[in-house]
Amino acid sequence: MANVSKEELLHIANLADLNIKDEEIENYLTNLQDILNFAEIVNNANTEGLEETIGENDKFNVFRKDEVKTFENNKMLLQNAKEQERNMFKIPKVIQ
Amino acid sequence: MNITNLTVHELVGKLKNKELTSEEITKAYVDRINDKETNVKAFVTTLCDEALEKAKKIDKKREAGEKVSDFAGIPVGIKDNICTKGIKTTCSSRMLEDFISPYDATVTEKLLQEDLIDLGKLNMDEFAMGASTEYSYFKKTSNPWNLNCVPGGSSGGSAAAVAAELVPWALGSDTGGSIRQPAAFCGVVGLKPTYGLVSRYGLVAFASSLDQIGPITKDVTDAAMLLNIIAGHDEKDTTSYEVEKKDYTKALNNDIKGLKIGVPKEFFAEGINEEVKEKLYEAIETYKKLGADVEEFSLDIAKYSLATYYIIACAEASSNLGRFDGIRYGHRTENFTNLKELYRNSRSEGFGEEVKRRIILGTYVLSSGYYDAYYKKAQQVRTLVKNKFNKAFEKYDVLLTPTAPNVAFEIGTKSNNPLEMYLADICTVSVNIAGLPAISIPCGVNRDNMPIGMQLIGNKFEEEKILNVAYAFEQEYGFRSKYKPGFSKK
Repeated sequence: MANVSKEELLHIANLADLNIKDEEIENYLTNLQDILNFAEIVNNANTEGLEETIGENDKFNVFRKDEVKTFENNKMLLQNAKEQERNMFKIPKVIQ
Repeated sequence: MNITNLTVHELVGKLKNKELTSEEITKAYVDRINDKETNVKAFVTTLCDEALEKAKKIDKKREAGEKVSDFAGIPVGIKDNICTKGIKTTCSSRMLEDFISPYDATVTEKLLQEDLIDLGKLNMDEFAMGASTEYSYFKKTSNPWNLNCVPGGSSGGSAAAVAAELVPWALGSDTGGSIRQPAAFCGVVGLKPTYGLVSRYGLVAFASSLDQIGPITKDVTDAAMLLNIIAGHDEKDTTSYEVEKKDYTKALNNDIKGLKIGVPKEFFAEGINEEVKEKLYEAIETYKKLGADVEEFSLDIAKYSLATYYIIACAEASSNLGRFDGIRYGHRTENFTNLKELYRNSRSEGFGEEVKRRIILGTYVLSSGYYDAYYKKAQQVRTLVKNKFNKAFEKYDVLLTPTAPNVAFEIGTKSNNPLEMYLADICTVSVNIAGLPAISIPCGVNRDNMPIGMQLIGNKFEEEKILNVAYAFEQEYGFRSKYKPGFSKK
């Protein structure tokens, strides 16, 4: 049975780019533990020799013509960015 | 005439023979929204003025003898995770509170091509994660049958709006039951189409291999009509299928003699409320009376399916929601000194608790050391579930189960216990895991006048069969003429 430690939870939160406050840790651990214990039930299923289902249909590679299509309204695409400059998204300085 | 009580197929007739104009219809709905929305709280965004404006234009087109669609000038509500150009699409999340979609989802385009009128965007659990619409960042929607109860979720706003007659029909999305379960809780019809029948382009992704858009309507005929509009292959969604265009209303012939209905006994086992079972058994008797061949059988998947669902859905969500970083769109924190902090703080402030919980669970099951035990195993169980359904459909045309283990519960009773909330999906998730179509229709009420839903599951692309089986019961039972939501607070 899975036993999630505080360190592991913080490691996972770090991978997912989320902060967890000290006072939230206990609650997250309990919930995660409960759900994982419940999820253990999948191990009771007999899946010997079964392939994994990846995606829901039998389609494999879907091809289309490699054509350039212009999205006319690029102003509208950019309008949702909180900061932009010269038609580009702006981010904080990365290289010091 | 009580306009808002009419079904869409009735409205179509009245528009055609000029008994009603689009303006009259739209006005009736706007008045109804003004009257009831404060109680129900189904909308995130209402578009009443715009809708009336458009209705007048469509009436002019009709008067001028221009060729218009049968549905031209009929209002519709859209779940707030389906993109609508120039209109906010929030997913009921702080993350997308100010997001104005730069394009229309394919289904939105299809609605607009028919000149349907968008009456507003409907509330939901944040990013469609939930079974009660309580996880919306903006508001808690109430169930029109009892305002102290949840409408179900995640398409709770859509189902409540249809039940309260705030919209004639609506679109929802279903990842693990999010169309069917709220439809059951609100006493309306909800159809989850076969995976790939309806384009997902412009639907904000939660779990891409499970998500599907579908109709929530007053009756089965309206569901078939709305499916006619939204179904079809789309180049922009590579998982959408190239299937021939059908008129699903043609399947509604009321003839189910000799049709084989399988009743999986595990879906009536422990945890299913007695009154729910009772109504389902009555429905089974009705089907027998109508000439269907009903048989109980064993489909031992419900318990695996739910665990499998939460592993797969959360894994996919953790990946899909990685795109929200505060740069191109979405909430952006004011509290940062470098790029990493900008990402982390934007995400931590923008997402609600349940969304974060699922991202963390999803990240966990995909992480090194746990991938095989959880994710890989769940993908194998998914194959097992599909195989078992395939076997069932060798013998039966349609499977019949409850839609939910119980009727709508009171607001606040489950929102602090995630696992208990997840159990609300026990009857519906296996359908998504296998990519099948299923419909929920009301089959009675309990002693407190709360609706009970019946689920009919079909084989892939056999929407016509489940629609007709649902139609046969609906015609015989007449739920809409027997029961009405009371807007009470019990």
